[in-house]
Amino acid sequence: MEFFRIRKDIPFMRHALTFNIVSLLTFLLAVFFLFSRGLHLSVEFTGGTLIEVNYTQAADLEKIRDSLGKAGHSDFAVQNFGSSQDVLIRLPLKAEQNTAKIGEAVMQALAIETSGATLRRVEFVGPQVGKELAENGALALLLVIIGIVVYLAFRFEWRFSVSAIIANLHDVIIILGFFAFFQWEFSLSVLAAVLAVLGYSVNESVVVFDRVRETFKKARGLTTPQVLDHAITSTISRTIITHGATQMMVLSMLVFGGETLHYFSLALTIGICFGIYSSVLVASPLVMWLGVSREQFVRPKKTIEGANSDGAVV
Amino acid sequence: MNRYPLWKYLTVAIALLLGLVYTLPNFFGESPAVQVSSTKATIKVDDKTRDQVASALQTAGIDTDGIFLDSHGVKVRLHNGDSQLQARDVLEKQFNPDPGDPQYVVALNLLSSSPQWLTSLHALPMYLGLDLRGGVHFLLQVDMKGALTKRLDSIGGDLRSLLRDKTVRHAGIAREGERLVIRFRDNDTRAKGRAAMEDNQSDLLLADQGEGEDLKLVATLKPEAMKRIQEFAIKQNMSTLHNRINELGVAEPVIAQQGADRIVVQLPGVQDTAKAKDLLGRTATLEIRMVDDTPGALEAAQAGQVPFGADVYVERGGRPLLVKKQVVLTGDRLTDAQPGFDNQTHEPAVHLTLDSAGSRIFKDVTRDNVGKRMAILLIEKGKGEVVTAPVIRSEISGGRVQISGRMSTMEANDTALLLRAGSLAAPMEIIEERAIGPSLGAENIKKGFQSTLWGFSAIAVFMIVYYMLFGLVSVLALAANLLFLVALLSLLQATLTLPGIAAIALTLGMAIDANVLINERIREELRNGSSPQAAIHTGYERAFGTILDSNITTLIAGIALLIFGSGPVRGFAVVHCLGILTSLFSAVVVSRALINLIHGRRRKIESLAIGQVWKPGNTGNTAAN
Repeated sequence: MEFFRIRKDIPFMRHALTFNIVSLLTFLLAVFFLFSRGLHLSVEFTGGTLIEVNYTQAADLEKIRDSLGKAGHSDFAVQNFGSSQDVLIRLPLKAEQNTAKIGEAVMQALAIETSGATLRRVEFVGPQVGKELAENGALALLLVIIGIVVYLAFRFEWRFSVSAIIANLHDVIIILGFFAFFQWEFSLSVLAAVLAVLGYSVNESVVVFDRVRETFKKARGLTTPQVLDHAITSTISRTIITHGATQMMVLSMLVFGGETLHYFSLALTIGICFGIYSSVLVASPLVMWLGVSREQFVRPKKTIEGANSDGAVV
Repeated sequence: MNRYPLWKYLTVAIALLLGLVYTLPNFFGESPAVQVSSTKATIKVDDKTRDQVASALQTAGIDTDGIFLDSHGVKVRLHNGDSQLQARDVLEKQFNPDPGDPQYVVALNLLSSSPQWLTSLHALPMYLGLDLRGGVHFLLQVDMKGALTKRLDSIGGDLRSLLRDKTVRHAGIAREGERLVIRFRDNDTRAKGRAAMEDNQSDLLLADQGEGEDLKLVATLKPEAMKRIQEFAIKQNMSTLHNRINELGVAEPVIAQQGADRIVVQLPGVQDTAKAKDLLGRTATLEIRMVDDTPGALEAAQAGQVPFGADVYVERGGRPLLVKKQVVLTGDRLTDAQPGFDNQTHEPAVHLTLDSAGSRIFKDVTRDNVGKRMAILLIEKGKGEVVTAPVIRSEISGGRVQISGRMSTMEANDTALLLRAGSLAAPMEIIEERAIGPSLGAENIKKGFQSTLWGFSAIAVFMIVYYMLFGLVSVLALAANLLFLVALLSLLQATLTLPGIAAIALTLGMAIDANVLINERIREELRNGSSPQAAIHTGYERAFGTILDSNITTLIAGIALLIFGSGPVRGFAVVHCLGILTSLFSAVVVSRALINLIHGRRRKIESLAIGQVWKPGNTGNTAAN
């Protein structure tokens, strides 16, 4: 079986401008949603209490809300979690309450109105932890960016490292944009997924760039866009297959992983799809705009007089 | 050219064998067990305890699958959950005849059912995190500022009595935030006071301030003293927690320091968060009271007529003791308790240090009560226990108290621990709590396992259909990767969590990239007209650089997560990083070894079973095997 029967290099670079404009628009849209709607941060970041309760029958959410209201709680959110029998209750941090006891208080309130509730999970996060997690998350992101830029600059060239990181940060922003637009819950595991995707997408760009370098060294007489086209074309089958394989795994997590892994795999899915797009159609044009050329890769060799075009002498 | 030297094959074979051995324990599952460990430092769990356990179970007629002794205590493996509960009850009765004063922890546990020879190789199953096995997790913040101000307050008291002893007249000692300010009226007294303090208080940094009539000496804690106080506070809080958690009967509690001022408490299998929190937040108080030794009073009290103003307590030896209700001193006045030896007799002893106010009271009380007994009581939840009841031999001044006589070293240690453990060195606050029910844990394992299984199967089917023999080799390499990863996690005894399982799945999904790269390269070489052997050779060669580069960038992200991640993210990051490393080996070396075994022997091969290699301008199937 062979999916990709490509006779000629596909002229990706001819449409470079179009792709970049499309990227810019999605990027701006993502930024817009990030600012207008904001991320729906999980309890881990905001602090608060999260209680997962399991009922033997389908849970009556209205009744649960009522009983919590009567018990004096406010600003809480009650929703189904996975199935109609599982209920997730979220309570915000409150200064005046004894937060450490809130889990029991809720269970008592529930026991009065709705019977048959069993506690499955309680998560309480104090305010200082949430703040620290957010800070550490930002630091981790920064470290990844710096690490990758330095490595790629060292291994390739600054033009590559800059465009790779721009292309992949654009992925990150777009993932965040999705989370903001749909108001999906942004938790610690989603953050882990985002950072994993960042590393993964960069590796995608690396594969293309590797080919670009190789083509520059080997093939002469090609213009820069032609070289880029060739590199992308010859790696496209690998790109699609690899991402397909990873996506199969992620899809399996999305289907079988349950609620806990739901947003994690969702973030990965978006990241993988945009990862293909950005490393092929964003990073490469950027490299081109930044003015990559053959001379940056081929060290001038000493030419020997009388040598043929391959530089061989006897 | 596609032949590996023997040592390379051997390396791969040995790696696979080791992987298999260390992965194996995970397949045996766990069997119910009961664990007996001691709550007190004075009670050792040894071979004798094991024999006791064995005979108790024998008389009760409960069959076991073996009784072991390890550093945690005696563990008994049982056939099923029913006999586990029976055995727990039997052992509880045997070892803790008095439920009010438990000497041992008898807890339900799970033991790996892997055979002995694996265990002796240190091949243990992966350590499951709380989200997979159920339990409670707490993160406690120790209030270090509180510990420091508490210490400064007591130093302030000490300085007051020091200056009085040296007859240095000061105009007041006060704590202002994190410093002590001592006022003086003239320069001479200040110099004298300074000299006295420098001789006696090595923890303080002194500075002159103020002019004219209002002269000040500002004392702050030295950085090293601060560090020591903080370290002491966290150690003491941890040992207090240890003692309290013993009461819960948890088989393998984790109490660990995290960062400079935090304590993590993990109680696997515990469901009752309310009780756990109650224990963690409990404040025990230490009280020193006088023993009522009026002749006949004790007998009357035992007969039911407790004299007015006294209580009956039981001494640790079991003898009853009549103690007066009036409290002489509370534990707040006790700054330290350390085990040690008597200077003259070299008998084991416990050294107590009282703060200045405490020492003054203690001096008065001991002067008036020479020859009488005093009792030190630990009061927890309204229930008192006599830690020790020594006889007062002489007046004790200076706040340094020594309790000695008829004590073993172990007892001295234990008493000191109890005296210290009575109170927390600094207040603590729960800043994070996570409780996971056991059914949710089992469900999480199932979900994680299924995701990995189905994802892996999908990839395997696709790879084999698309790349045929090379696809099969890639899948075998991927399976080897999974084997190495699980073996490594088991060997390191890293904690596996649900995000960790997700990382295993994701790493597998990403690791196939290396093999896709290789296979695509080989196809490309074939397309360009290379001979099959040359195509394999250059395919692997050329792909390697790319594989390395791309794995390093992924690793950078993994390491950043490892450094800055906490909790679930760290579990993810550990597995992710390890997975990248193992995938490098398996995708490149293991798959190459397999290919070499298959194709390397013959000098010339006609075609490779790598699926259809389509060449532009040639529409036929050229190389399908």
